[in-house]
This record gives sequence, C-alpha cells and structure tokens, in this order.
Amino acid sequence: MKARIYITLKDGIHDPQGRAVQQSLHMLGFEAVQDVRMGKFLEVDLQTTEKESAEVQVKNMCQKLLANMVIEDFRYELIN
Amino acid sequence: MNIGIIVFPGSNCDRDCAHVVSEVMGESAHFIWHQETTVKGMDVIILPGGFSYGDYLRTGSIARFSPIMEAVIEFANSGGIVLGICNGFQILLEAGLLPGAMSHNKDLSFICEEVYVRVENADTPFTNQCQSGQVLKLPIAHADGNYYTDPVTLSALQANAQIVFRYCDKDGNVMSTANPNGSLDNIAGIRNAQGNVLGLMPHPERCAEIILSNQQGRFIFESVLTSFKGNVSVSV
Repeated sequence: MKARIYITLKDGIHDPQGRAVQQSLHMLGFEAVQDVRMGKFLEVDLQTTEKESAEVQVKNMCQKLLANMVIEDFRYELIN
Repeated sequence: MNIGIIVFPGSNCDRDCAHVVSEVMGESAHFIWHQETTVKGMDVIILPGGFSYGDYLRTGSIARFSPIMEAVIEFANSGGIVLGICNGFQILLEAGLLPGAMSHNKDLSFICEEVYVRVENADTPFTNQCQSGQVLKLPIAHADGNYYTDPVTLSALQANAQIVFRYCDKDGNVMSTANPNGSLDNIAGIRNAQGNVLGLMPHPERCAEIILSNQQGRFIFESVLTSFKGNVSVSV
C-alpha cells in the first residue's frame, strides 16, 4: 500500500517561499494568481494491505516526524 | 566543570564551542557523538550550531531522534543546564524541550551578520553576568530563524519571563526594523518554564575572544560557569 502525504503550513503562518513564487507568477503575467502556499509531498511505501493499520501508521509518522504540528497540517491518501 | 558538546552529523560549531569552553574558559569540553546514549558526568550540555542531517525535512527534525537525545531530554527534565545555539535551538524546539517552531527567514535569505539583542531576563543561568536591558552584539548565521508559536504560548512566554533575548537596534530599541528574520515578538532566545534550558539563534561561541574583535559572547559562557561556581569575573 502506498501513502501520499501532503504537509502544508497552517493558515496564517507566513510562507515566504509561496510569496516569492506568487510574485514570480505575477511577473510572468499570471495575474489571476491570488495566493500561493508551498508545502511538501511525500510518497511512502508501506508493507501492509490493511487500510486501518496503514492509516494508524501514517497518522503516527506525520505527528511524530513528518509534520511539525506547531506550524504544519497534514493530510494523506492511501492507494493500493 | 564538564561540558558535553553533542556532535550530530552536520554539526559545524562543535569545535568552536569546545575551543571557547577549554581555551577561553579553562573548563573541560567533551564531544559526545549522537550515537551515544548517555551524558553521564556532564554538568552542562551544549547543542551546537550547524546543519544536522543536512537540515532535511525541517531543521533539527531528524537530529531530535538521534539516540543521544533521549539522554539529553532526561538530563534537561531532571534540571540539567542545556544550551542550544542556532541549530541546537532548532533541535530543542523539535524535541519539545522548548515551545514553538522555526520557519524560513521572512526574506528567504541566509543571514550571516552581527545583530544586537537585548537581554530581557538577566536572572537565568545563561545571563546572570548581564544586566537586564543590556544590549549585546552577537553574530547570527541562519536561514531558519523565524520563530513562531501560538498566541497562548506567546503570552505564557511573556508572562513567565521566558523570552531571554530579543532583536533590537544598537540602543536597545526592540522594533520591526531591527528584526532580521521575521521572528515573532523579535524573539532571539527563549528559556523553558523551569529555567534550565535555553535556545538562542545568535552564536556566542563566535565572539568570545579579543582576537575576534568581539568578546560579548563570553557573557553567556561566564554566566553558565557562574551559576555553577560562583562569581567569575567578566572583562569584556
């Protein structure tokens, strides 16, 4: 089973990288861009076929290491 | 005094710290590799600056799970003096020994320059040789020094005098133009509620000798010594 994990900054946390990308997009003429927030994307291969166990493990690894819960949120998808 | 300096893969200020401890302060410096599991016999632990584990994922996030960190956490929880400098501060945050988190500097640049910080609390084992309100000139060198915490924790930090250093101008005025990295409330260094753990972004070990034209970092090392041994004269 594979987990696709998205780590994003919480609302209100300053994101200077996203802002730099947004400014660059504006310079390129993409004026409709309102806001850009940058995050991380991880693909994790898990040696299990049980969805429930995978879910517990993914939540645990996100809270323990992959995300810093002070400034970040996480979400994930599980793919067989 | 025995001062343990934790060495992670990617630490690069460990030798500077050891130099100040042994050559400038005349105390015993002990390097402790991150794979070790004990800090037995140490009076003070320093987590030095650098780029532990290449700053992968987030600064300090992987170092925080090094085998030695369990011993460091136990040492801190039993009242041991722990000083985290720059990357060491980031590791202390990730380890939960200090509250909050670091993110990228507001302008995205790696900043390497001398800044001024105001001593907000001179009644700590790390600042007892300073005066409250004293301005220190110290070097910073980091890309992730933008301190953040939630409003409730910030209020607690303020109420308990846990903010030890704040960025200021040379006259001691704390204002946004003197804030190099966007840090919340101009925070440059905080201590834990118990008062035995300090994290700061500036590098006192890089300015503790006359040959470096700035010795103000000695205030911090001599404060730590004083808290153990009684008065140590500071001549800066």
